[in-house]
Amino acid sequence: MSGHVTSKKIYFAVFGALMILTAITVGVATLDLGQLNTVVALAVAGCKATVVIWYFMEVRHARPLTKLTVVGGILWLVIMLILLFTDYISRDWMAGPQAW
Amino acid sequence: MSDHSSHGSGLAHQFDDLDQQLDATTLGMWLFLAQEIMFFGGLFAAYTIYRNWHPEAFAAASHHLDIKLGGFNTVVLIFSSLTMALGVRAAQMGKNKAVFNYLFATFMLGNVFLVVKAFEYHHKWVEGLIPGPWFRFEGSTDPAVQMFFNLYFAMTGMHALHMIIGGGLLIYFMVQARKNRYHEGYYGPVEIMGLYWHFVDIVWIFLFPLLYLLGLHNS
Repeated sequence: MSGHVTSKKIYFAVFGALMILTAITVGVATLDLGQLNTVVALAVAGCKATVVIWYFMEVRHARPLTKLTVVGGILWLVIMLILLFTDYISRDWMAGPQAW
Repeated sequence: MSDHSSHGSGLAHQFDDLDQQLDATTLGMWLFLAQEIMFFGGLFAAYTIYRNWHPEAFAAASHHLDIKLGGFNTVVLIFSSLTMALGVRAAQMGKNKAVFNYLFATFMLGNVFLVVKAFEYHHKWVEGLIPGPWFRFEGSTDPAVQMFFNLYFAMTGMHALHMIIGGGLLIYFMVQARKNRYHEGYYGPVEIMGLYWHFVDIVWIFLFPLLYLLGLHNS
């Protein structure tokens, strides 16, 4: 674990990539893409988050158990969101007493 | 691995060596961050549901956020992540003076972010956009507009609180760097600090497009 020092060049390149992605997300927001606006915004934000986690947070040099924990953390969030949203989406699919 | 097996400075007694200590602390920090992901995830989920119910009100309310200030803060925060990463790098090489300088830069950038945020909050106050009985919004009487600002203050406020805590932690690590505490084998605490700081950056990376850029194309 100890000892791996990433070169400054990589950190500067990551910073540059994050700036470009920020410019893209602002640029795309000015276009009217309908529902796609949010999809693109979240996709770009996801790319930025991945780059930060992989390079700045040095998960690429982390132990497998740490990597698994990172994936697990995101996976649990996805489970929570999917269960929550399927509930809200499907509430009025069936006739019967409404929750509210 | 074996070159740190002797009990060097910074090794807590429950660990065999500094490598084991670093592995354990990194893993522990990621477990904490997994909880933080769920915590902020709940706020993002509330935002998503209300926005799906009231898309027009949310787009109208979003227009009252300053994209220039939000964008500026995004750049400031990403830049602070760069200085933080360079600070961890300096700690890995035992360059305590550089650690101090990079952490100081990170600290100051964090403060710039918070000052800009304070101006934004003050502007909302003047405009009457603080949720409550005094809330006034021209153009729409939809109560969901107020819900947008509830979520805006809850999410950015919780994010700002994390920034303030991060700033306090940075002061502690700056003092430690001044005391030349870090060396090639012992830099874990700075790395953990970095993980926290980058996580807070990631939260903002999602907040910025969802809160500020929503409905920009309608303006």
